[in-house]
Amino acid sequence: MLTIIFFLSSGLFLGWSLGANDAANIFGTAVSTKMIKFKTAAVICSIFVIIGAVVSGAGASHTLGKLGEVNELSGAFIVALSAALTVMWMTKAGLPVSTSQAIVGAIIGWNIFSQRPTSISSLSKIVGSWVFSPILSAIFAFLLFHLIKRIIESSNIHLLRLDSYTRLGLLFVGAFGSYSLGANNIGNVMGVFINAIPFTDISVAGIFTFTSVQQLFLLGGIAIGIGVISYSQKVMKTVGSGIFKLSPVTALVVVLASSITLFLFASQSLHDFLTSNNLPAFPLVPVSSSQAVVGAVMGISIAKGIRNLNFKKLGQISLGWVVTPVAAAVLSYVALFFMQNVFLQNVYH
Amino acid sequence: MAKLFSNKSRQLEADIDSYLDRVNTAGLLFWEGIKSYIEGKQDYFEKKFEEITDIESEADSKRREIKQKLYTYMLIPESRGDVLGLLETIDDVVDTCEKVLEQFSIETPNIPDFLRQDFLKLTELSAKSVEELVKGTQVFFRQVDMVGNYVNKVHFYEHEADDVEEQLKRKVFESSEIDKFSHKVHMRYFAEKIAAVSDVAEDVCERLSVYAIKRRI
Repeated sequence: MLTIIFFLSSGLFLGWSLGANDAANIFGTAVSTKMIKFKTAAVICSIFVIIGAVVSGAGASHTLGKLGEVNELSGAFIVALSAALTVMWMTKAGLPVSTSQAIVGAIIGWNIFSQRPTSISSLSKIVGSWVFSPILSAIFAFLLFHLIKRIIESSNIHLLRLDSYTRLGLLFVGAFGSYSLGANNIGNVMGVFINAIPFTDISVAGIFTFTSVQQLFLLGGIAIGIGVISYSQKVMKTVGSGIFKLSPVTALVVVLASSITLFLFASQSLHDFLTSNNLPAFPLVPVSSSQAVVGAVMGISIAKGIRNLNFKKLGQISLGWVVTPVAAAVLSYVALFFMQNVFLQNVYH
Repeated sequence: MAKLFSNKSRQLEADIDSYLDRVNTAGLLFWEGIKSYIEGKQDYFEKKFEEITDIESEADSKRREIKQKLYTYMLIPESRGDVLGLLETIDDVVDTCEKVLEQFSIETPNIPDFLRQDFLKLTELSAKSVEELVKGTQVFFRQVDMVGNYVNKVHFYEHEADDVEEQLKRKVFESSEIDKFSHKVHMRYFAEKIAAVSDVAEDVCERLSVYAIKRRI
């Protein structure tokens, strides 16, 4: 048991840092503009992240599994640790980083080390989704902004009533955003452990089965939740007062647009529904919530008719698509080498 | 929770509406008061002066109530500073209206017949600027895009009032009907006091238009 906990620790750490960083994407503006209390935001965010992870986390994790089936616990430990360290390092360097990109790089590092082929089709599906997700989020934000603007303008709603509806909206959308974040990003945190963890399914009173994957995701979800509660307040303050100055209503649009984007890339049932009706379905891929938010903010800028888009930010995002996975892959490869040759652990079989 | 929020909001909405109603009434009393003074209805004027004094103190306490509620209920955190600033400067309009009637009541200026129409016109324009300001503030809360229309009207009435004030003062000092210089200065003083109402209304409008831009989504 101690071994399992030790090897899982890197994934849990990755989960903690995901919670600390990404909760701000969902509740940052709401908290920093004092529309919602931090405590309320943290509790809602933690609960819905866990629900999202356990109920709907399998789809996006499965895609990561196809990219590389990390099959030894110590290997999974190193892969998650490399991703976590890359995220930490990139965050320190002030670059918008995504755990999704870090974990993909780290998995590729493992593939190279264990001399396994990396599925090009999975990789292209993943990278394509990274590029597509901020664009999609921008489109949603653009449309939602116009829709909400029209509704507000035509309803002649009083400033104070609009305020209370916005608060309520921020809570609901925040809950949905947290659910989507849990569902989409739990794979980053716990995905690499799926094939390596010796958990068994538990049958609860014969009514339903709590699968080993769900147990793993529950642990990951709790780690994210702890990250949210223990550290995200600081990040929220920076997001709210720093990079993007959003009004509560535009914040609502941003969170809704980016949450829908994350949801589309995570929902198994939507995927099944679309494929069964012979419609093109969204690939179930872990994408970056931060980049979805940046996309949504740009969508709003375009909707407002502002042409001076922040190209530096766009450049940083596209840089992240390359630098983060490469850095994580190199780190993962080197760390796996040490784990195998210095600590004499099997990192693959 | 929604109900809780909504109830507080509705209560405060009603408070703001009733505050603005008082400002509107103050503008009407200002007009009625000076009109009755000029027409020589002294008793009626004193009644209006009493009424405006009451309205002024009611508006004051209403404004304090709103301020307290805005902060204790943590409502509109983004724009409460603007809303309070707006309501506080509108209060200056009420104060100015009341002060003018007070000066009339204390100093009982002797307005010669040939100046009556000008004084009436000036008062009417100042009162209209207050009326449009109140309308502009009401739409600020509900239909922010319309604020510009009312701001323009306030600017218009203030400008007209300035013109009438200038004409009136010229008439006063060119006139041979008023023989005492002190009387002339007294007339000028009252012309300026009445016109000051529209000036204050215009100042509030400047704020209002900035807040309206800030509030646009």
